[in-house]
Amino acid sequence: MEQIPDVPKEKFKLIHDENNSEQEKIGTPSLTYLQDVRRRLFSNKVAVVCLTLLSIIVLISIFAPLVAPHNPNAQQVTLSNLPPKLGNLNIPGFNGYQNMGGKMVDAYKQVGAPKDSFYLLGTDYLGRDLLSRIIYGTRLSLIVAVLATLVDLIIGVPYGIVSGWKGGTTDTIMQRIVEIVSSVPNLIVVILMMIILKPGLGSIVIAIAITGWVTMARLIRAQTFQLKEQEYVLAARTLGESSTKIATKHLIPNLSSTIIIQTMFTIPNAIFFEAFLSFIGIGIPAPNASLGTLLSDGQKAFRFLPYQMWAPAIILSIIMIATNLLGDGLRDAFDPQSDD
Amino acid sequence: MAKYILKRIFYLFLTLFIIATLTFFLMKLLPGTPFSNQNRMSPDQLKIVKAQYGLDQSVFVQYVRYMGGLLQGNLGTSFQFNNEPVTTLIGQRLAPSMQIGAQAMILGTVLGILLGAVAAIRKNTWVDTLATFISILGLSIPSFVLAVLLQFYLAYKWHIYPVALWDNFQSSVLPTLALAALPLGNVARFMRTEMVDVMSSDYIELAKSKGNSAWKVVTKHALRNSLIPIVTIIGPMAVSVMTGSMVVENIFSIPGIGEQFVKSITTNDYPTIMGLTIFYSFLLVVIILIVDILYGFIDPRIRLGNGGKE
Repeated sequence: MEQIPDVPKEKFKLIHDENNSEQEKIGTPSLTYLQDVRRRLFSNKVAVVCLTLLSIIVLISIFAPLVAPHNPNAQQVTLSNLPPKLGNLNIPGFNGYQNMGGKMVDAYKQVGAPKDSFYLLGTDYLGRDLLSRIIYGTRLSLIVAVLATLVDLIIGVPYGIVSGWKGGTTDTIMQRIVEIVSSVPNLIVVILMMIILKPGLGSIVIAIAITGWVTMARLIRAQTFQLKEQEYVLAARTLGESSTKIATKHLIPNLSSTIIIQTMFTIPNAIFFEAFLSFIGIGIPAPNASLGTLLSDGQKAFRFLPYQMWAPAIILSIIMIATNLLGDGLRDAFDPQSDD
Repeated sequence: MAKYILKRIFYLFLTLFIIATLTFFLMKLLPGTPFSNQNRMSPDQLKIVKAQYGLDQSVFVQYVRYMGGLLQGNLGTSFQFNNEPVTTLIGQRLAPSMQIGAQAMILGTVLGILLGAVAAIRKNTWVDTLATFISILGLSIPSFVLAVLLQFYLAYKWHIYPVALWDNFQSSVLPTLALAALPLGNVARFMRTEMVDVMSSDYIELAKSKGNSAWKVVTKHALRNSLIPIVTIIGPMAVSVMTGSMVVENIFSIPGIGEQFVKSITTNDYPTIMGLTIFYSFLLVVIILIVDILYGFIDPRIRLGNGGKE
C-alpha cells in the first residue's frame, strides 16, 4: 500500500458555486409511480366524478340491509303497481298520482294504502318496493361482476404469464386454445353454460368467467413477452431466481397497470352479461332481483307503468358509463403516453 | 399469401370441429329426455320416437352421425317446430336478421366515422367532448335498454314506427337504431384516436404546407389513412351486433335467428340450440378470416406471414 500523504484538513476548501446549486435543487418532491398515477387520475374531472358515483353505488350495495327501506322480496298484493311517491311533497312524477283513463288519480288513495306509507320509486306488480329491489338488485349485479372479474384474474393472469414466459410450443398450444375459445361468440358459450348449469349466482359467474379470461390472458401474454426481454428480468435469471419468483416479484408488479385497466373493462362486461341473461329469463331466478330481472319485469309493464322500467335502466346505464369512463381515466393515468 | 390463407382455412375447420364436438357433448350432458310429454306415451311409442331421432343409439354413434350430417350441411332436426330440419329453420329466419344486422353495421360505421373524424379535427373543443360523450353512451347503454326506450317513445307514444311488427322497411328502423349504437360508439372512438395520430403526422403537415385546403387535406389524406384500421374492429363489432340482435329481435318480435335462439333456449329445443351455436360460430370465424385477409390486401405494411394478428 502506498503511503497517503498527510494533508491537513484546513487545506481542503469547498468550492461553492451559487448558480449551480440553485439549478441542481429539486423544487418539487419526487413522486413514486403510484403517486404520479394517483395525481393524474385525480386531476381528471370526469374520472373523479365517475369514481365518486361508483363509490356511492358500491357503498349503498354493501350496506343494502341498512339502506333499503323495505324487504325487497316482501309482497303486498293490495299495494301493487303504485307509482313513485316522495312523502307528502307534491312533486310531479313523485306524488303518487297516476294517469288512469286520461285523468290523474291518486293511486295510493284508490288502493287504500295507509296514510303515511309511501314508496319512493313505487311498487311492482306484486307490491314489492321498487327502491329496495333496485338496491338489492344492484348489489347482486355487482357481486356477479366482482366475482366474475376475480375468476377472470385467477385464470387469465397465470395463463398469460405462463404462455408468454415459456414461449415456443407451449405458447403455440396455449394460444390455439385461446383462439378457439375466443372464436365462439361469448354470449353463446355463456348461454350454453347457463342451460347446463342450474340457474343461480354461481352459474352466472362461471358462465361469464369461462370466456372472459381470454382477453386478459392475451394482454398479459403480450406484455410478458416484452417484459421478459428487460434487463432486470435477465439479471434475476442470471442470479438463479426461480421462474415462479420472477413472475410474482418482477412480472406481476409490472403487469399491474394492464391488469387494473383490463379489470375496469371486464366489470361492465360482466354486468352486461348478467343483465342480458336475466333479461331473457335464464339468469338470476325469482324472487331475487338483479338489474336484469328488474329491467325485464319493467319492460313487460313499460307501456302503462313506465316508472318501473326507468329506474333500473338508469342505474344500469350509470354503472356502465361510469365504469367505462373510469377505465379510460385509469388508462390515461397509468400510461400518460396514450394521452394525446 | 396463398399459404397463409390455406393455413387459416385449416384452422377455421379445426376450430369449428372442436366447437361442434364440445357443443354436442355438452348437450348430451343435459339430464332428461327432450320429450316432456313422455308420460302420455307408452314405452313402445317412446321407443319409436327415440328411434326416429336416432336417440336409441349409443352416444358415440350419435356423435358420428351428427358430425357426418354436419359435413353435408345437415344440422339435425328440431324437436319443437314440427320436426323441421334446423337448416330450414335457420334459412327461413336468416333474412330479417341479416337485414337489421347489416343496416345497423352500416349505419353505425358511417355515423361513427363521421363522429370520430369531426371529434379529431376539432380536438379539445366542445365538439370533441360532445362526440366523445355520444360514443361513450353508445358503448355503455345495453342495446336492449335502448331498444325498449325507442319502442316506448318512437313507437308507442309518438306512433312514428310500428311497435312490434315485421313487414317493410319502416318496421326495421327501430331495431336497426338500437343495434347501431354499439358500432357507432366503437367506430367513433377508434376513428378519433387514429385520426388524431394521422393529423399530427408529417405527410399531413406537408399536404397542408403545399397549400391544400383543410377540406382536401382531411378527405384526401387524413380520412383515408385513418380508415384502414377500422377494418380490424369489424369482426368484434359483428359479434356484438349478433349478440344484441338476439334480444332486440325478441323485443320487436322480428322472426330472425336471434329470436329463434332465445325461443329454443326457453323450450329446451337442443338440436336447434346446437345448430344455431355452430351456425353463429361459423359466421363469426368466417367474418374474422375475411377481415384478416382483407386487411392484408388493403395495407401492404402488414405481413400476414408472421401470424397475421396483433
